[in-house]
Amino acid sequence: MSESEIVSRSRQSKWSMVGKDPNTMLLADVDLSHPGIWQANEFLPFLDRLRREEPVHYCRDSAVGPYWSVLKYKDIMQVDTSPHIYSSEPTIGIVDTIAEFNLPSFISMDPPKHDAQRLVVQGVVAPANLKNLEPLIRQRVCTILDALPAGEEIDWVQHVSIELTTQMLATLFDFPFEDRYKLTHWSDVATAISGGGIVQSQAERWSAIEECLAYFTRLWNERIKLPPASDLVSMLAHGAATRHMSPMEYLGNIILLIVGGNDTTRNSISGGVLALNENPAEYAKLRSDVSVIPNMVSEIIRWQTPLAYMRRTAKVDTVLRDKHIKAGDKVVMWYASGNRDEEVIPRANEFWIDRPNARQHLSFGFGLHRCMGNRLAEMQLRIVWEEIMQRFHHIEVVGEPERIYSSFVKGYSKLPVVIHRS
Amino acid sequence: MVKIVFIDHGGAQRTVNAKVGGSVMQAAVSNGVPGIDADCGGSCSCATCHVFVNEAWRSVVGEVNPTEDAMLSMSADRKENSRLSCQIKVTEELDGFIVTTPEFQY
Repeated sequence: MSESEIVSRSRQSKWSMVGKDPNTMLLADVDLSHPGIWQANEFLPFLDRLRREEPVHYCRDSAVGPYWSVLKYKDIMQVDTSPHIYSSEPTIGIVDTIAEFNLPSFISMDPPKHDAQRLVVQGVVAPANLKNLEPLIRQRVCTILDALPAGEEIDWVQHVSIELTTQMLATLFDFPFEDRYKLTHWSDVATAISGGGIVQSQAERWSAIEECLAYFTRLWNERIKLPPASDLVSMLAHGAATRHMSPMEYLGNIILLIVGGNDTTRNSISGGVLALNENPAEYAKLRSDVSVIPNMVSEIIRWQTPLAYMRRTAKVDTVLRDKHIKAGDKVVMWYASGNRDEEVIPRANEFWIDRPNARQHLSFGFGLHRCMGNRLAEMQLRIVWEEIMQRFHHIEVVGEPERIYSSFVKGYSKLPVVIHRS
Repeated sequence: MVKIVFIDHGGAQRTVNAKVGGSVMQAAVSNGVPGIDADCGGSCSCATCHVFVNEAWRSVVGEVNPTEDAMLSMSADRKENSRLSCQIKVTEELDGFIVTTPEFQY
């Protein structure tokens, strides 16, 4: 089945979830993989009900085939920390990898290969390196914020979230700064569903991916001749575990790093503005004490959960709660649900910027595949909010946000705001 | 209660009372020892409670377990005496236990 077939199938009424009543529909028919309920922001009541009534849920019929959903925080933790039972291979997306779109990267590898490849690149986002990056990030944040017009409607996603994360990516790759918008485009294309608005066909997607490969191959060839440097391309080109990667593997890892460092932080930057607008008492709390920002950053990342799930594949027959999972079954950990699990997180549906234990959320995953860039993401968000509070009294959301048609990337394509300066 | 000594990257020393039966990580967090993040809350799945065990104590605390070993292998500054403090159980024998915390928790 091609991806465009999957999209057209998911839009058919048989698999449509939009507009269904989460409290009365048959549990067996609930299909969280349907992008429509995420775009329409209707997913929460479905997650709440499944956590209550069927926390390990089997969807036997969907546009992407049958799959298990894991809804509870502690069960997700168990799956995420049992790679010998729940494999990250062949892919961590809910759609089975299509042969002609097979991009291997360490997010979809098990140990020991995963460990060796990840070690090569994680130095770039290690705390010691971040300390060196902080002044540059702050300077770029200030430049972007200072250029924003006050008192008129702008799109926060375009003007701030995308611009900032793109600049950060260009910095980490030491990517030609004037070409940085290509990174955003490739990131969007890599996670887009054809027909979902960004690309219309698989062929269109491939031509963008090929352009990406050609560009990064040129950078690799330049940097392999130079002494090792601290950017990601140089690290991959010189690293013992990565220097002999196939072109597809190189591309897979590049795209992983682009997507990992782009969509996620971008949507958390937008999500924070939205959450504060929906919770004016929390915004007031922030104005009265900006020292809460580091804690608020963790709360934003939990509340937003920029990647709604990660998928595993059972390697052996196993049992989770009372459910018998067969070897080969897809198992989807819904971080977006675990992050709202009241058994672990009190008042989980509330946005609470001084929440105790705010760091204990699932958005970064846990175990061997825990987000490599988590400290970078937190630092970026912290700097953004520190500099916003220096300048703006209120970033007012003045219209409905537009959400992305995806059950994986949980985010925004548009967030209209008006800035009110202090 | 037993005493545990945490020495930070800069050499500053803090002695805390730790409950027997808990973990060294819990002793650090409940006494506000800086330098132990413990994002996962003690499930050996985030590697942010990394400590270096004082040489004299290595034989007392025993070896790393396989899950801990896998998590530690992702730490760039792992050493021979690296442990995840959530995996060290506080016992009577640990009275006076000394660990050093790294400059950063990944």
